[in-house]
Amino acid sequence: MTQPVAQSEHSGIPSIDSVGHAAATPDLEQPWAELGLKDDEYANIREIIGRRPTIAELAMYSVMWSEHCSYKSSKVHFTLWGENTTDEMREKLLVGIGENAGVVDIGDGWAVTFKVESHNHPSYVEPYQGAATGVGGIVRDIMSMGARPIAVMDSLRFGNLSHPDTERVLPGVVAGVGGYGNCLGLPNIGGEVVFDDCYQGNPLVNALCVGAMRTEDIHLAKASGAGNKVILFGAKTGGDGIGGVSVLASETFEEGGPTKRPAVQVGDPFAEKVLIECCLDLYKAGVVAGIQDLGGAGLSCATSELASNGDGGMRVELDLVPLRDASLEPHEILMSESQERMMAIVEPDKVDAFLAITDRWDVEATVIGEVTDGDHLVITWHGDVIVDVPPRSVAHEGPTYHRPLERPGYLDELQANGPESLTRPESGEELRTQLLSMLGSPNLCDKSWVTNQYDRYVMGNTALAQPDDAGVVRVDESTGRGVAVATDCNGRFAQLDPYAGAQLALAEAYRNVATAGAEPLAVTDCLNFGSPEDPGVMWQFREAIRGIAEGCKFLGIPVTGGNVSFYNQTGDVAIHPTPVIGVLGVMEDVARRNGSGFRTEGAHVYLLGTTRDELGGSEWAHVIHKHLGGRPPAVDLAAEQKLGQVLVAAAQEGLLEAAHDLSDGGLAVALAEAVMRHGVGARVDVADVGEGVDAFTALFSESAARALVAVSAEHAGRFGQIIGDLPCVHLGTTGGRDLVVDDQFTVSIAELRAAHEATLPAVFGE
Amino acid sequence: MRVGVVTFPGSLDDRDAARAVRACGGEAVSLWHGDDDLHGVDAVILPGGFSYGDYLRCGAIARFAPIMDRLVPAAQGGLPVLGICNGFQVLTESHLLPGALIRNDHRKFNCVDVDLAVENTSTAWTSDYEQGQTIRIVLKNGEGAFVADNDTLDRLEGEGRVVFRYGVDEHGRNPNGSYRNIAGITNERGNIVGLMPHPEHAVEAGYGPSTDGRGFFTSVLKHTVESAATA
Repeated sequence: MTQPVAQSEHSGIPSIDSVGHAAATPDLEQPWAELGLKDDEYANIREIIGRRPTIAELAMYSVMWSEHCSYKSSKVHFTLWGENTTDEMREKLLVGIGENAGVVDIGDGWAVTFKVESHNHPSYVEPYQGAATGVGGIVRDIMSMGARPIAVMDSLRFGNLSHPDTERVLPGVVAGVGGYGNCLGLPNIGGEVVFDDCYQGNPLVNALCVGAMRTEDIHLAKASGAGNKVILFGAKTGGDGIGGVSVLASETFEEGGPTKRPAVQVGDPFAEKVLIECCLDLYKAGVVAGIQDLGGAGLSCATSELASNGDGGMRVELDLVPLRDASLEPHEILMSESQERMMAIVEPDKVDAFLAITDRWDVEATVIGEVTDGDHLVITWHGDVIVDVPPRSVAHEGPTYHRPLERPGYLDELQANGPESLTRPESGEELRTQLLSMLGSPNLCDKSWVTNQYDRYVMGNTALAQPDDAGVVRVDESTGRGVAVATDCNGRFAQLDPYAGAQLALAEAYRNVATAGAEPLAVTDCLNFGSPEDPGVMWQFREAIRGIAEGCKFLGIPVTGGNVSFYNQTGDVAIHPTPVIGVLGVMEDVARRNGSGFRTEGAHVYLLGTTRDELGGSEWAHVIHKHLGGRPPAVDLAAEQKLGQVLVAAAQEGLLEAAHDLSDGGLAVALAEAVMRHGVGARVDVADVGEGVDAFTALFSESAARALVAVSAEHAGRFGQIIGDLPCVHLGTTGGRDLVVDDQFTVSIAELRAAHEATLPAVFGE
Repeated sequence: MRVGVVTFPGSLDDRDAARAVRACGGEAVSLWHGDDDLHGVDAVILPGGFSYGDYLRCGAIARFAPIMDRLVPAAQGGLPVLGICNGFQVLTESHLLPGALIRNDHRKFNCVDVDLAVENTSTAWTSDYEQGQTIRIVLKNGEGAFVADNDTLDRLEGEGRVVFRYGVDEHGRNPNGSYRNIAGITNERGNIVGLMPHPEHAVEAGYGPSTDGRGFFTSVLKHTVESAATA
């Protein structure tokens, strides 16, 4: 990457570009374009501060005004969140969008914070460190709210499984997620692993973290109270990750371009684990008035955001920052994205207590400045003022773009090319063969090669983890109160119709949480899209946000925060729109959660919800015919809500032996997964699933708002009362060692497993 | 009955081990790595995790923590000590147990439920199990392959000091390449036990693969009560 030219190389210029020097040299040419700023943005900076920026100021503005930090292309659309959040939805929202992470009230005095964030570009450049620091970054966001992190999840998307580069990217990403998260002692309770050609040059690594705290322990990123000290603690600052947000996350990769590896940060999970415990002790001691993690844009972001959110200014002596590399220049220190660092605002009489705690944990902590009663952020370097700016102009008043948007021209043709023309299987034997091919296909195959590299048990509170529909963890050990979280997105559906696709992602995550037995409460999202400079991508983006916001309003669950990742494209080709949705639900006692597998013989198997002939964008069309076209399944949020209510009520009464969401691959795949889970088979009849629904449609349609449940004979009567008018088909009973579909086919669990489990080990080794 | 659980920087399963002690009727006492005092506990657990980030070699730095200066002689004097996962690595690094733990043969971190055969029920930590019993608990580590020279292995087997062995798959392979499928061992006296799998993650119904891990904690409670009675 291009670095600003060191001033000392220019003859006759002092080695430090101070504010005074900048005022005296208004015409000095500056490398704003190399730092990713547009000419009008540079002009705007000059206007805000009334002179040319110093090189340190230019560095700060360039990273903070990057797409990644400023949301300059997306934020005009964020009004949709507010417009679609009702007072009722706000009731349980303790902290909303705009903080490090949203916080929701889960009852009994407990608050839970959760957020999903992308680390896509770094993970493509350097898979292990990119993914590892993705986990590290989201965990620090959760920590900075005052919470103990209690679980992580990862939503991963890769290119074609048989492409050689996938063999480079996937093992590195998985080892990075595991290497970092395992060493932090956070259970990894779920997520997704999806393959599609569209992610070949742009894999998606979206990391989610959940944290819990008592409601009175919430902390905010705010520097208030003149005289309060600014303490930087954690790892030393090095030269890694300089410009990560502006260089990596805010540009499109070009074939044959220069390697961007130095812009990727390097993680040290041990340092972060110690930092977590240290922060929790600091919170417990009541010595933290405000706190912010150092992530993207490093010190530039932490200082300007803390000051911007506070009631005064801030003065920082940058030369006091402990360095790993003494040769770093001030602007590099401001841009460095070295990991495992935090910044706290501490009242002067609590500094000693603060430092005693950091000492106990062998965490380096340095007072580098203080809150002032002015309104500027002033940063000095050995006494010279090198930054003197209004903090809001850096952190919150960056540029805003109203990018043009236009429905892509190809969409009509894509939607017209529906799955009706595809050859459908005509015999039971064909159905059986296609089911086995699908179970072994990359998106539906067993993912334990990946998930076994993650510790799902640490902390001892995991009640459910992959491959079940949602991850469930206990929050309160005395009552069993806890949360369920699921992340979902089908990018093919969003490609066919971004509004419906986003709502289907929301509906699926909502359904997965309800299937586990939890009442859905709140939403986080990670919006992965192509270049915002493409009007077609911007249209997809707007449609997706509108879909999520309106869907959330209908379901009565607020969006609490999230992240936008643009520029996920190689050349002109963008990824499918991939709005990953995380839904969090609450359970009074997680011991009553539902697993997805059949556990006992002789239970009744029911299909809940309505099945229609809906195969546009389906896994069947994708695997069997390599086809993508038509319309995605219809969205029916009222039906989702009704289904959710039944599943939660049944779980509360302990009526279900198993519950499994129907999504990719439809009923056939849900049945296969349910029988494989614990080796208990089932015999079902799909002849009467719906009017005009043949066996093929019954088995492979991906109609939304459906779930598969198993109910013991003892509870069948009570279950019948609970379902009310929810469509419910009795399919058969559990038992045996086979999956038997009457009049169609029989397949043994051993054969299902053989097809399901061989795929990833065949590519990546045992 | 007080069981100490040592927290090193980077310990992860310390709170889980303390919970397991409490769930089985004991009092859990938190011990700090930098404190050279065992605070009069009746037994000690070295928990799982990544002490000092596993830097240099798993357990190699923790071995030099001040608390180990107290723990090593106490263990040599008969104090019941259980090393789980990273704790087992600390025990071998401290030479309280023989052998070493190296990278899994498949070179990946691996989190799976495993079946263990209990081969020695006369240790301080296994008396509540039955000889030959199979227990199902969690295995999760990257460097869990137990290795030792053949003489040491022969001696361990000959003296009945192999406490747990992994079940094997259809190809005769155990989950990490441990020599002779050894999952856990003990010292001559039977008061020190180290194993890679995690009994503390199998003590509560609904939060782990089984409740088979309880036997470790109930055994040591009985052991110390009996020792106190005969003392």
